[in-house]
Amino acid sequence: MSSVAVGSKWHGRLGLGLLLAPAILWLGALIVLPHADLAVLSLRERVGPRHYVASLAQYRTFFTEPLYWHVFVRTAVMSVIATFFTLLLAFPIAWIIAKLARGRSSSLLFMLCLIPFWVSETVRTLGWMILLRESGVLPSILVKLGITAVPVELLYHDATILVGLVYTSLLFMLIPLVSSLESLDNSLIEAAYDLGAGGFTTLRTIVIPHAAPGITAGCIVVFMLTLGNYLTPTLLGGKSSQWFTEQIYNQFITRFNWEQGAALGFLLLGLSTSLVMIGLKLAGQRFGDVMRRT
Amino acid sequence: MIPSLPRPRWLATATAAYLAAFLAFLFLPLIVVAVFAFNDAPYPAPPWHGFTWDWFLGNAKSNRVGLFKDTALLGSIWTSFVVAVWVTVLSVLIGISNAFLIERKNFAGKQVLSILMLAPLVIPGVILGISILAFASRVAEFVDDTFGLDWEYLRPGLPLVVLGQFSYIATISTLTISARLRRFDRTLEEAALNLGASRPAVFRTIVLPYLRPALIGSAAISFLMSFADFNTTLMLVGADAPLTVEMYGRMREGATPVLNAVSLFLMLASALLALGLMRGSPRNTGAAPG
Repeated sequence: MSSVAVGSKWHGRLGLGLLLAPAILWLGALIVLPHADLAVLSLRERVGPRHYVASLAQYRTFFTEPLYWHVFVRTAVMSVIATFFTLLLAFPIAWIIAKLARGRSSSLLFMLCLIPFWVSETVRTLGWMILLRESGVLPSILVKLGITAVPVELLYHDATILVGLVYTSLLFMLIPLVSSLESLDNSLIEAAYDLGAGGFTTLRTIVIPHAAPGITAGCIVVFMLTLGNYLTPTLLGGKSSQWFTEQIYNQFITRFNWEQGAALGFLLLGLSTSLVMIGLKLAGQRFGDVMRRT
Repeated sequence: MIPSLPRPRWLATATAAYLAAFLAFLFLPLIVVAVFAFNDAPYPAPPWHGFTWDWFLGNAKSNRVGLFKDTALLGSIWTSFVVAVWVTVLSVLIGISNAFLIERKNFAGKQVLSILMLAPLVIPGVILGISILAFASRVAEFVDDTFGLDWEYLRPGLPLVVLGQFSYIATISTLTISARLRRFDRTLEEAALNLGASRPAVFRTIVLPYLRPALIGSAAISFLMSFADFNTTLMLVGADAPLTVEMYGRMREGATPVLNAVSLFLMLASALLALGLMRGSPRNTGAAPG
């Protein structure tokens, strides 16, 4: 009896060890140690060939060099705007899918909205470039309609970057919104109507409070992805994109200034994490729940 | 607002119009990409010059290099494929292992570990890329200094690309497979053990078939996400560029419609994958989650 218990306990230990090893290897070697190393890298300064001293110089450069924090603030603000428009655009569609369409047509419509996101961002961005560039489809339509005399360049504007970012984020907003609206009981809306509430009042007092977890989850994910995006801003914004991830790339890959690049990377990580925390705090939610929702 | 309540006519019309506009917005870029793969002109731009297969079949003789003759592009598709297979296999395997760890085991620090497992989704891909790049180079330097060994695969290249993509795709497969394992009825397992089945036999004949939909789903998502990854890959890429990086390079220079051709090929491939998955399981047909 006791030898069986000891045996199974030993068996359990071995099993635990075997299951822990891959997880620890993954998180340790690919997440924790690389980020610790990046932190060390960002906190040192090169004073000679292969000679480094600990210093805050990299972070100081960020604050004294206007270009860096300019781009930093710009990236954050544009990301907030893109997140807001994504929510605005996706909410009515989520409502149609969750509440207005029924049964098969609802799931069909949902599927239809998800299809574009099965192909990569590169392909979708190529589509926008063909549509918007000076020799592209929309400018030539504008000329045909007589709205502009000559083809106008629709690429390389801030608005273009926003369109691209919103487009590429829609999926991540739609999924949590639809699932949170589907769980809203229709009888609550009917009750509000019977008690004389108008559409706007119902939206404000019934629908939005109920959908708040979904809205938060969608906004957080979209914001993070937008902040970290590289492809869409650089291709649709061209040289004027001024996106922070591009600065990191330039430091790391083009200029080989890894110390500076690491510091910029940490600043981006800090911005992303702190805004996520603020968002969660405002909505009073836990991180794990949000991630499970999406 | 909902079908059971009276809706003013203008609202119904506005809703329909909005839905139509939204779907046009969604599909316009894809339609344009597909259409201009067949335009008989050197650039993917209007006006329409007539239909051609050149951007698929063209060769040096016709002065147009089509997709099937473009060795650089074909090579990058193959590179992406190889990387995606590695990432998929690794992610699904660690997903199974992590699911059992989180759902079946209790140990000190479990809470911390399960939060840490979610972290890769919150870290921007660019930063995952640079941190792995810097760490790998430090390890390479260390190995070189102490043992005099030159570990080639710690330099930017495909092994690092695989590791970089795996570092966050593993989280997604872990979440998918754990969610399924959580709903598993453990009495089935106990019944099989009572009837004298060995643990490996129970795993093979009871647990694994139950997990199958989640395994297939997470494999498909891992493959797609790896194929589509750009941010992490860009930081870790060496001489062999995967498809996204190759396309990005050409898009910056203003490319020929051969990119439309390869895009159309990607669309068809993912449509086939989606159809295949839907046949496998009528429910659960969402695209890649965040």
